[in-house]
Amino acid sequence: MEVTLSSLWATYLERSAKFWLLTREHFLLLVVLPVTMAAAVAIPLGILASKQRWIQVTSLAFANLMQTIPSLALLAILIALGAGIGNKPAIIALFLYSLLPILRNTYTGIKNVDNALLEAARGMGMTATQILIMVELPLAFPVIMAGIRTAAVICVGLATLAAFVGGGGLGDFIVTGLGMVNNNLTLLGAIPAAVMALLLDYILGKLEYWLTPRGLRI
Amino acid sequence: MVKFENVSKVYSPGTYAVRSLNLEIAKGELVVLVGPSGCGKTTTLKMVNRLIEPTMGRIFINGQDIRYVNPAKLRRQIGYVIQQIGLFPHMTIAQNVGLVLRLLNVPKKERDKRVDALLEMVGFDPKIYRNRYPRELSGGQQQRIGVLRALAADPEIILMDEPFGALDPITREQLQDELKKLQNSLHKTIIFVTHDMDEAIKLADRIVVMREGEIVQVGTPEELLRNPANDFIREFIGKKRFLRSPEEVLVAEIMVEDPVTGHPEVGAAEAFQRMQRHQVNSMLVVDERGILKGILTLRGVQKGIQSGERKKAGELMEPVTETVTPHETVLAAARYMAKSKYGLLPVVDERGILKGLLTNASLINTLVDVLWPAEEIDPKGEDKNGSNSIELMGNLS
Ligand SMILES: Nc1ncnc2c1ncn2[C@@H]1O[C@H](COP(=O)(O)OP(=O)(O)OP(=O)(O)O)[C@@H](O)[C@H]1O
Ligand SMILES: [Mg+2]
Repeated sequence: MEVTLSSLWATYLERSAKFWLLTREHFLLLVVLPVTMAAAVAIPLGILASKQRWIQVTSLAFANLMQTIPSLALLAILIALGAGIGNKPAIIALFLYSLLPILRNTYTGIKNVDNALLEAARGMGMTATQILIMVELPLAFPVIMAGIRTAAVICVGLATLAAFVGGGGLGDFIVTGLGMVNNNLTLLGAIPAAVMALLLDYILGKLEYWLTPRGLRI
Repeated sequence: MVKFENVSKVYSPGTYAVRSLNLEIAKGELVVLVGPSGCGKTTTLKMVNRLIEPTMGRIFINGQDIRYVNPAKLRRQIGYVIQQIGLFPHMTIAQNVGLVLRLLNVPKKERDKRVDALLEMVGFDPKIYRNRYPRELSGGQQQRIGVLRALAADPEIILMDEPFGALDPITREQLQDELKKLQNSLHKTIIFVTHDMDEAIKLADRIVVMREGEIVQVGTPEELLRNPANDFIREFIGKKRFLRSPEEVLVAEIMVEDPVTGHPEVGAAEAFQRMQRHQVNSMLVVDERGILKGILTLRGVQKGIQSGERKKAGELMEPVTETVTPHETVLAAARYMAKSKYGLLPVVDERGILKGLLTNASLINTLVDVLWPAEEIDPKGEDKNGSNSIELMGNLS
């Protein structure tokens, strides 16, 4: 089946309402939601990991394990464990995948803070909490943001697989297109997903730059 | 002000990083801890602000045992400067300097005023510098800010751990000078760690020499240089730096070993050239055995040339009346020198063989070097060395 710009355009016009619905679902439900949840868990965990060796060992081992399980297998396992089908297993899987980059970066970001600064901070009479809030987190911020960015980009790609378990998102077009041997439809899902990944990477990169304290910008 | 009472620190059982240290530091005193790497200087320093807790013994500040003071509170009242500077790169200069004030909940307005005053004190224009970031400053400027940061809350005590150790020699000296000036007006109680003896001598009111966790000697720089307690200190300070009186230093140690010489047969023109080449105004005339025959001055040589006849050094030279042997003391040399009409004193051995030369200038320079290493003489005689310099002048005349 021939794919041209006009055939693609025609396919889009046919399903524009569904297209925008799926795009929104893909972005909000399968990227923003799991990454936000992962950040909410992984940042505090990363902070604790940087202070407590056993937390570091166990949490990083867990996150690493999640990352190594093949994505479809993870979905299957989640369903088998009773997560049902649809959005839910997909969101859980994406959440689990996002943990590692954010956790790892939070941990390294804090661990990499120059010892001399910590020494100065303690010597000046800062408490551990003050050091965390006023020194460690601001300095680790760019690294943590980079972790979130990595997680978001990974999610955009992996989320296309959610359609296999009825999770929705742009993967819907891809899976249906593949089933019907309709390349136009497949591309109508694949191209926007790719664009979304690139765009998100770019925007988060910019955001990371603007939110980085001025004295740290390179 | 600060008192160590039998303080020991053991990191790993059996080895003392600091051992039974007893030391009392007076208010307004600048005490320098000096000693080879690993001798326990940093450990001693950090026990004062409880970054390290002693294993045994007690430390008092103003009579209070610091074990019972909250560490964070204690540290806010003690300035702390480290070699790596440790300015926070994400904070502006003003934020860095004002940080302790912020920890002490000083209102922003007051903080800003204090920060500006501090910046001005060391010659930073607040308008330009308060909003800059540390990386926009040179290393020397950064450490100036590091010192200001320690001064911000006006602490009575300041701890400095090799604060200038990472700076280039010129910047280091500038900062040493500035610290001295600051201290002259602020009179803080400063504990300063270094392994640079020059720095210690330059800055210290009292020097504490440490070795393997123990104090070897405590004293003013002058006391240490005059009466080093043992060979370790002698070695550590370096031999030639010792304060020795002129009757202890031998001529052989300070003489010029290769003075300009010439044979009695050398012609006037060549002698003249030789003096010019070496930029001296006299030449010692020495025969083939090395025996000193006389001295040929620039004036003598010029006379010879003007006479138009071909004259030799042997004919133009004048006899030398004053000489000194290498084994005599600088004090003796100074006496002969006073009688010498040439402003120089050939050094000859018992057989009359020329060994070297003392000039007026080199004699004085060397005396000053031997007596006051790395220390300028205050012409007003206000510093501790004033009386000594008068003594020296007396010896020389
Ligand atoms: N945290 C630590 N754990 C174990 N040993 C330590 C620790 N800190 C210091 N030491 C040891 O204690 C001794 C004294 O160390 P300290 O840092 O006080 O020396 P220093 O005089 O400051 O040396 P330097 O001039 O190299 O800075 C050294 O032998 C060092 O190896
Ligand atoms: Mg040290």
